[in-house]
Amino acid sequence: MSETAPTRVPAIEGWFSLDDEPHLIGTHCTDSGTYFFPPETTMSRAPGFADSKLTAVPLSRTGRLWSYTSAGYQPPEPFVSRSDPYEPFCLAAVELAEEQIVVLGQCPQGVTTTDLAVGMEMELVIDTLDIVGDTELVVWKWQPVGWEKQS
Amino acid sequence: MNRPDDVAIIGAGMHPWGKWGRNFVTYGVEAIRAAIADAGIDYRDVQFVAGADTMRNGYPGYVAGATFAQAMGWTGIPVTSTYGACASGAMAIEAARQRILAGMCDVALVVGADTTPKGFLKPNAGERGDDPDWLRFRLLGATNPAYFALYARRRMDLYGATEQDFTAVKVKNARHGLENPYARYRKAFTAEEVAASPMVADPLRLMHICATSDGGAAIIVSSMEWAKAHGHADPVRISAVSTITPTFPNTVIEMPNFASDSSAGLPQPERTFKASIANACYEQSGIGPDEVNVAEVYDLSAALELDWYEDIGLCKPGEAERLLRDGDTTIGGRVPVNPSGGLACFGEAVPAQAIAQVCELTWQIRGQATGRQVEGASVGISANQGLFGHGSSVLLTG
Repeated sequence: MSETAPTRVPAIEGWFSLDDEPHLIGTHCTDSGTYFFPPETTMSRAPGFADSKLTAVPLSRTGRLWSYTSAGYQPPEPFVSRSDPYEPFCLAAVELAEEQIVVLGQCPQGVTTTDLAVGMEMELVIDTLDIVGDTELVVWKWQPVGWEKQS
Repeated sequence: MNRPDDVAIIGAGMHPWGKWGRNFVTYGVEAIRAAIADAGIDYRDVQFVAGADTMRNGYPGYVAGATFAQAMGWTGIPVTSTYGACASGAMAIEAARQRILAGMCDVALVVGADTTPKGFLKPNAGERGDDPDWLRFRLLGATNPAYFALYARRRMDLYGATEQDFTAVKVKNARHGLENPYARYRKAFTAEEVAASPMVADPLRLMHICATSDGGAAIIVSSMEWAKAHGHADPVRISAVSTITPTFPNTVIEMPNFASDSSAGLPQPERTFKASIANACYEQSGIGPDEVNVAEVYDLSAALELDWYEDIGLCKPGEAERLLRDGDTTIGGRVPVNPSGGLACFGEAVPAQAIAQVCELTWQIRGQATGRQVEGASVGISANQGLFGHGSSVLLTG
């Protein structure tokens, strides 16, 4: 890696924030009270609320682990492995209490299934997806609250 | 019992599942010829072709109805081609059934066939940042088995399912399929062998997850009147078909989505999507799950088979493990599930699979399922689910 830090760029535009306390960006159907993630911008998908306003809102940064798994084998393209040989990673599905929605995300490298249990509190972090030249593509990930990477 | 909206299955045929490496059309044509011979008709009697599409074999796969009509020799009849991922076959069956029930034709052919690549199913090539199926691989590395594993882990947490239960499903299905001439894998496995296979998506091991296969399946369906007038006095009937979609809010993450629907605004529907699929067949036919005595369900993973026991109404939520452990779903038990060997023995040939389920149930109800016959099979149900929200279920009666 070069001495200057690479520029952080979201791997997808408009789905999450990059601030110190990052959060997913959803949309809120103001008439029905329904939330959407990924952010729905065309029209509310809540039946009967097609004319409702959709407002971009930050989603809860923490939630409970609904379920989880690991990727024992390298997924096919367009997945990009950041290590050679491939290192397995975990996936977490986290239920946000206020929004009543379950959102899937990777866990940071180093989280293993032994760190995870259904029902545990998880928090959102922004982490590397890929590095291309001087650009670090970043994506949202879930980790147990207070989890720290072992060096 | 005669229902006014029954249609007859007068022929069923399959090409054996495997990794044959030939063009998918060759499998479909063999299945069609077997179904036509079984029906005792000539292809020129067929008045409509419904083809289930494959997305992995170029243009001929997208226009499966026409591809097979051409391969059989053009006869000028109308065709349709359907796509609903794993539910494509049920959609093709429904297209044929509706045409018959509408009085627009007497005899129709339904066919699906596939040639699959090795390894994980993956999205279409190209940089497609607005396609959720491409994005889930790009942003998450979420393969199909990853979704199966989320459901399996959930089941362990909610209902106390164990890895041993998942293994027992695989061992059961492997034994069921031993003498099925159409199955790709005809080998008995011990629990130790299954438990020793590598972990793919925790808690699912390689032998808990179905492979992808080449294969082809076809049925000939007709009106009850036409069947009776052409030598089929008491044919197996299709009494209901379900090709439903979820009801908002769908609170379970469906492949290939990033999230469930939110239930913060609107109340949750009475049933989950998976539980509503077979229920639609029960409502259509007036036949209840307590009357079902054989079932073919989509065991993409061994754990999913347990979900299906509950979702097709064989038991209440949380009771599937007991049903399995008591032997109720083994041939010889109260309601055998996947007597064909299921996807565990076949591997998945996407557009053919829902039709193959119906072929198996047809043979079971006729008493022709040599080496795997469910004694007294008279009411059978199939169930499966295609990604992007496609339900698939067919209810057959004898």
